[in-house]
Amino acid sequence: MVEAAIELDNLRRRYGERVALAGVSLRVDEGQTLAVLGGNGAGKTTLLRVLAGLLRPHGGTVRVLGAELPAERWKLPARVGYLGHEPLLYRDLSGRENLRYHADLHGVPRARVDELLGAVGMTERADDPVRDLSKGLVQRLAAARALLHDPALLLLDEPRANLDPAAAELLEPLIGRVSGRTRVLVSHDVEGALAEADASIGLRDGRPAAVGPELYR
Amino acid sequence: MIAGARAILHKDLLIELRTKESVPAMVLFSITVYVLFHFGLDRDSLDGELASGVLWVTLLLAAVIGVSRLFAAEREQGGIDGLLLAPVDRTSLFVAKAAALFLFLTAVELVAVPAFAVLLLGPGLGGAMPELLVILALANLGVAAVGALVAALAAETRARELIVPLLLLPLLVPLLIAGAQATEPLMRQDAGPEDLGRWLGLLSLYDVVFVLLSVAVFDFLLED
Repeated sequence: MVEAAIELDNLRRRYGERVALAGVSLRVDEGQTLAVLGGNGAGKTTLLRVLAGLLRPHGGTVRVLGAELPAERWKLPARVGYLGHEPLLYRDLSGRENLRYHADLHGVPRARVDELLGAVGMTERADDPVRDLSKGLVQRLAAARALLHDPALLLLDEPRANLDPAAAELLEPLIGRVSGRTRVLVSHDVEGALAEADASIGLRDGRPAAVGPELYR
Repeated sequence: MIAGARAILHKDLLIELRTKESVPAMVLFSITVYVLFHFGLDRDSLDGELASGVLWVTLLLAAVIGVSRLFAAEREQGGIDGLLLAPVDRTSLFVAKAAALFLFLTAVELVAVPAFAVLLLGPGLGGAMPELLVILALANLGVAAVGALVAALAAETRARELIVPLLLLPLLVPLLIAGAQATEPLMRQDAGPEDLGRWLGLLSLYDVVFVLLSVAVFDFLLED
């Protein structure tokens, strides 16, 4: 029997009085991809941040890779890779210095840094300060950062944003379906996301909604 | 724990060496305040209680700048999430941030204390230097512990420029009293340590209490 990588039951989350997520229930099996779709402010990023352990759920049950959140949040960092809107890279450091820093935090050998810099096509620009890089190059580094510790679960928020077609193709084996990892993919490219997903969930005003054009009205 | 703390400390020192945002600002602030005291008091030289008070108040106000900037790189460059997403416990983060602040304060004092001696101090500091170094080291440890705690508390608040001095300075009052009292005899013409052991004991007790308190409380900070 396939293990569940993610199980949500009636997840709720608020920002002050405003409801960001309500009644979200789903299951994602190991190795599968879940597409999360919805308009701006629908709660997609909040859902990813709850799954990453960055936000506490305010109600319901959340189990990620066997860890009950928020009580067992400490189990997640070693197994979850998060590629969000922010690259989580220090602009005053070079790409290599940033990746070495994250490798040290994760206890990963530094050889892995060079391996990933090569994989995302950043070897030649690895020693440039991040502040001097284009958004596309920063996104490649951010992807390398999220993959440093070889996570079992990838949480991807518009992972191909700012990437040109060649770069998107370069990253495909790392963060795409062929990576074989369990993935939660937030995207505004509905057709593209559905094509690479095993399941999907639509969100509207933080609540589950049918996937279709009405999601964006 | 040590590997995580070392990685964060190394990153913080590297960023400070590149940007030179904290230590030079703290040094310039200290020297400017000494110049202001020089003209404001209309005296060429100070000694005793007044000298000790000016030195300590200036150093502690300069520390506010360092504490305000302690999480600046994380705040401005999205690194707090990066830390929360790494398998690093909060104690490592506290140790790294406190160690960074300790080193920043020490670097500031390497310039600011001689500048104080030249600009304001009547009696020389030469003979009292070993005692002064011990006092400064103990005080820096206390400021570093309290400062790292306050910086983390204020890191994700909107009014952090207000919160840092309002929280930090009252917490530093015992340290100011002990530091100034321990230093005062060293800054008299008839210099000689009086009750030094008592004040060093108080500084050490302050350090132990706030290091333990900070380690205990730090786990609950930086949560959403």
